[in-house]
Amino acid sequence: MALIEFTKRGIYCKQGDFYIDPWWPVDYAVTTHGHSDHVRFGNKYYLCHTLTKPIIKRRISEDLNVETLEYGESIIRNGVNISFFPAGHIIGSAQVRLAYKGEICVISGDYKIEDDGITTPFEPVKCHSFVSESTFGLPVYKWQKQEVVFNGIKSWVSDNIIQQKTSVLIAYSLGKAQRLIKNLAGGIPIYVHNSIANLNEVIIDAGVKLPKTIRITPETTKDELQKGIVIVPPAMRDSRWIKNLAQPVTGICSGWMQVRAHRRWQSADAGFALSDHADWPGLMEAITATGAEKVYVTHGFTAAFSRFLNDAGIEAAEVLTKFGQEDDEENKVDLVDQNENK
Amino acid sequence: MKRFAQLIQQLELSNKTNDKIAALVNYFNHADDKDKVWVIALFTGKKPKRPIKSALLKYWAINITETPEWLFAESYANVGDLSETIALLLPPAENTSDFQLHKWVEDLHDLEGKDDETKKEFILSAWNKLETQERFIFNKLISGNFRIGVSNKMLVNALAKQSSLDSAQIMHSIMGKWNPYEITFHELINGIHVNTDNSWPYPFCLAYALEQEPEKLGNISEWQAEWKWDGIRGQIVKRNGELFIWSRGEELVTEQFPELHFMIDVLPDGVVLDGEILAVQDKQVLSFSTLQQRLNRKTISKKQLEDAPIGFFVYDILEYEAEDFREEPLSIRRKTLEGLIGGLAESPVMISPVINCHSWEELAKLRQTSRSINSEGIMLKKLTSHYHSGRKRGDWWKWKINPYTVDAVMIYAQKGSGRRANFFTDYTFAVRDGENLVTIAKAYSGLTDKEIKEVNGFVTRNAIEKFGPVRTVKPELVFEIAFEGIAESKRHKAGLALRFPRILRWRKDKKADEINTLEDLRQLLQSTL
Repeated sequence: MALIEFTKRGIYCKQGDFYIDPWWPVDYAVTTHGHSDHVRFGNKYYLCHTLTKPIIKRRISEDLNVETLEYGESIIRNGVNISFFPAGHIIGSAQVRLAYKGEICVISGDYKIEDDGITTPFEPVKCHSFVSESTFGLPVYKWQKQEVVFNGIKSWVSDNIIQQKTSVLIAYSLGKAQRLIKNLAGGIPIYVHNSIANLNEVIIDAGVKLPKTIRITPETTKDELQKGIVIVPPAMRDSRWIKNLAQPVTGICSGWMQVRAHRRWQSADAGFALSDHADWPGLMEAITATGAEKVYVTHGFTAAFSRFLNDAGIEAAEVLTKFGQEDDEENKVDLVDQNENK
Repeated sequence: MKRFAQLIQQLELSNKTNDKIAALVNYFNHADDKDKVWVIALFTGKKPKRPIKSALLKYWAINITETPEWLFAESYANVGDLSETIALLLPPAENTSDFQLHKWVEDLHDLEGKDDETKKEFILSAWNKLETQERFIFNKLISGNFRIGVSNKMLVNALAKQSSLDSAQIMHSIMGKWNPYEITFHELINGIHVNTDNSWPYPFCLAYALEQEPEKLGNISEWQAEWKWDGIRGQIVKRNGELFIWSRGEELVTEQFPELHFMIDVLPDGVVLDGEILAVQDKQVLSFSTLQQRLNRKTISKKQLEDAPIGFFVYDILEYEAEDFREEPLSIRRKTLEGLIGGLAESPVMISPVINCHSWEELAKLRQTSRSINSEGIMLKKLTSHYHSGRKRGDWWKWKINPYTVDAVMIYAQKGSGRRANFFTDYTFAVRDGENLVTIAKAYSGLTDKEIKEVNGFVTRNAIEKFGPVRTVKPELVFEIAFEGIAESKRHKAGLALRFPRILRWRKDKKADEINTLEDLRQLLQSTL
């Protein structure tokens, strides 16, 4: 009997009686990471990585019942061995490994292969079946090395400063924001929106080293911001606040920015293809490394990607998830951030 | 080619004309002179001959990347552009290249007539030394158009700003005949190959809308009434044996309208005519949507020439016997015009007829029939008037017929710009199509500030989804949309497009189930064809 099944509430392990990243309230939710499309309010118990705990408590509620695991650590639930391995997606993100009577299944959650310098790097895990995301599961999505992208961002910012423009980077407040901070720090001061500053505090308190940033307050002057780098979450994108800055120019940091049509559609001033998801070669590399006999494909270009895997001799099936047909958190409105602004 | 790649990227990133012009000026300040000539050639549609078919490019890309054909198709569907899909699919380049744009163009030109194997070798080696964005441009050089929203006018404005030369002169220069392989940048923009003294046009005289009763204009016998035609305002210039056609947008469009070229033999030197470029058959004006098939084409097919034949209805004469004629009164200008071309029979060029009327009342009745002859109302010009530069109140009036209207429901809203930047002011409207709503128009203006605030509040409270800057809202608010015409359109889901749509008023008295249907609009479309 298979270790997991795909139900309306999400991925379910019958033998252990728990769900992985459920989107309706359940008793026991194994949580891969803290993005809002993977962790919801209302579960009785949550199991997540140690670093994810303070994040979801901050973003959802202090009252959550949360158990934690370190990478490589395991617990047994109804006979099923659950352990976590680094997914490299964002701080605290984990692949969930389930083992029961010699059968091993790994649920990737979201992942990327490249070491972003702040997240524990992705680690392939041998298994019989593997649930993989495919957000960027087309061969046109091949990322440049992050140094190249960051150099692009840096020179954009320098040009803006010379031209008296204010550089505003739009980045998801959990994950992308910290990655930008880590990789852009050291020269020009970085100003962050409240919701990002709040999360940074939580992350630093949890023991992660983050470069210094400046929280934007009503006292922060336009002139200071013009000479710095401003990072705000997607919810702020069309806000009056940005429009009132000194000659604001916005840059979106997302894997979708790889394609011209998406860049133009977003009506930003610049697009940087920087993603926390695996690109096409990354997905292939990860899947091959698991040695899985069966691959379930969720989130993204599921049809094309699973067909390609099948043609390549890896048995694959497409799994529709509630969020699978959407663009994922990279482009979605960050409701949590919006609430925090009020 | 890196500089050119950067220019394309900048042009693509902004929707603002000023930003685009600034990017162009910056490019023309720094780029290699030979490259600049090619940029002007590419942007004005002087494409180098295709040395290789796009199908071959695709085939080679599929081959070296070992991509299954169906996966290429999936990728193409996501990217939406063949050149770009190939550029993204290829593995990272192993080498680099400092070749400039003109060098690539010339090398591609040299491939002409070579065998496929030689071509393949050249392309593969090029792909392997270009970055993704450069590769995309390289592929575009071979296979397609640069559709990046740079009009000839914008290009000319940038060149004028960069060179401090007169923009009409540059327009003539770059629209003239020149060979990008031979001409230098300096020669090109200074118009060595053309005589710019021959081409320059006059500023158009424009009219204000008549907002009062025509009786207030005094005795009708002091006025000349003409039909107001809905086409492209233009000037025909004939000097020193050369003929030029300018559009109101200050673009030279001579090549687009071969039907009018015979005027070179008809007009004496030193004549400038003002008139309307229209689709005309058997002296009858056809609809604007017919004319549209002929606009902004780089090449014209035989079928287009047959389906949408062009005519020119002359309104006025601005230069006669090589003298500026604009200070003469309209009555004299009209007589001169009649003497000059009144005798042209069976010609697509004719003088726009004067409407003979003895009372305002009679004229008002005739005005109601405008639509039946594809006119949009009446022009009133004082017989003593000069031909003014631009818009001047008093001598010329446009007395347009009332627009068509449709009741539609708002389904999307977007924030405006400038003074209205903080409010949702740009709306998309839909009509009913069975159970569904189908969008028919986008409109900006026409509401008072108070109403805008009210609608803004509604949008904020009733936003269903958010796509970038656009909100999907509950279909509840009904507006009366005015428009000037309707045309078939394959690009719009509704299968038709409205011309000049704008909000007439907010129909607070109507509910969403009382709006017009797509069928209503289809019937209107049929009746105007």
